[in-house]
Amino acid sequence: MSAHVSSPEITFHAEHTGGTKKIWRTFWLLSALTIVELVLGLLIYNIHKGENPNQTLVLAFKGMVCILTLAKAYYIVSIFMHLGDEVRNLIMTIIVPLCLFIWFIAAFLWDGDSWKNLRNRYNRTEVKIEHVAPAAKEKGVKD
Amino acid sequence: MSTAAVQQGTKWWSGGKSPFNASYGKVMMWYFLMSDAFTFGAFLISYGTIRFSVNDWADPNHVFNSFPFAGHANLPLAFVSLMTFILIASSVTMVLAVHEGHNMNRKGVEKYMLLTIVGGIAFLSCQAWEWTHLLTGEHVALLNDGTLSVLPTTVKANPWGAALSHEAVAAALQNTPQSQLASIAATLHHGTEVHNVAAMSNAELIKFIESADLHASQTGPIAFGGYFFGITGFHGFHVFSGVIINIVMYLKTKLGHFDQRGHYEMIEKAGLYWHFVDLVWVFVFLCFYLI
Repeated sequence: MSAHVSSPEITFHAEHTGGTKKIWRTFWLLSALTIVELVLGLLIYNIHKGENPNQTLVLAFKGMVCILTLAKAYYIVSIFMHLGDEVRNLIMTIIVPLCLFIWFIAAFLWDGDSWKNLRNRYNRTEVKIEHVAPAAKEKGVKD
Repeated sequence: MSTAAVQQGTKWWSGGKSPFNASYGKVMMWYFLMSDAFTFGAFLISYGTIRFSVNDWADPNHVFNSFPFAGHANLPLAFVSLMTFILIASSVTMVLAVHEGHNMNRKGVEKYMLLTIVGGIAFLSCQAWEWTHLLTGEHVALLNDGTLSVLPTTVKANPWGAALSHEAVAAALQNTPQSQLASIAATLHHGTEVHNVAAMSNAELIKFIESADLHASQTGPIAFGGYFFGITGFHGFHVFSGVIINIVMYLKTKLGHFDQRGHYEMIEKAGLYWHFVDLVWVFVFLCFYLI
């Protein structure tokens, strides 16, 4: 490997000897994860088409799709963006602030859900729509 | 990790060297991407909050079920999987360009940068088709005033509510004025017959529409279009700027600037941005199309 003097800030260079094998392996892994996601997506679609959609099953499949997405994100960041090859200090300054998302997602989705529950309880027109929609849905969602 | 052994013996914080072992530009690119992740995250969380706050949301398998040149075939997830694979493939060609850069192989960098640019343009073309398809789509929906009307999917209109029963459609048709009935009739394809819908009376139009077994639905939450076009548009804008950056990098490679400089670190930084665009798409794909 040719020595390159990129910057005085760099003490040592990460080894890039692995060739392109690791890259292609990651590509196939990402493709496989995407295909599994699509299969789960189509399963959700078919459950929704049925007479009485099993909401627990739909929720379980959606949860699995979310986990697979996080796995994809990990492989893109770690292998394609080479974050896994960086110094631990740099990795931590990026990953630790992103932990804010845990609170961010939980708090806001919770808030949205509570908003819906309050509206369904106190706003009569919303309640009416709730009762009409499922009955009408069974008849004509085809195309 | 090959660097772990070196780290053990290196005193990173005793001065004389960068504790991050990376150039200023690369570190700042990482922090820019982190802040951009929060921007996208905030958009997607806002979308999630609104979606959680209503009883009914547009079913993505219903909204995104078409494919170019496939007519009215019902193909849920098909087109968006094509877009996803295009972006994954262009991410791979990008990381291969970075790899060739490490080996100081100019021809290899040029080849893979070109492929990455082609992938980016292909993705943007797909998105342009999808937007056009939604913005010019014709779906019959029940308005608040009790009439039926032809609606596209825009930031102001969402025809993707719950489907109406045949009785509800028949009742709403009676309330609908002639101009709206004519535009509904014009969207129906009755074999090869050509009708002058503008000249038909209300009763004729209603008979014509009912014989075509019209499918109509309630309007959905108005926020759907704004979030969909806003977030995919913001992502598409990132793809667009990524393509521009990649074109600049390709030209600089071609002109030999990086060979003169002695390293291809700019390709790495452009690569970080490009992979981030792919990363965001993974989440947009999840939030808008899969769940």
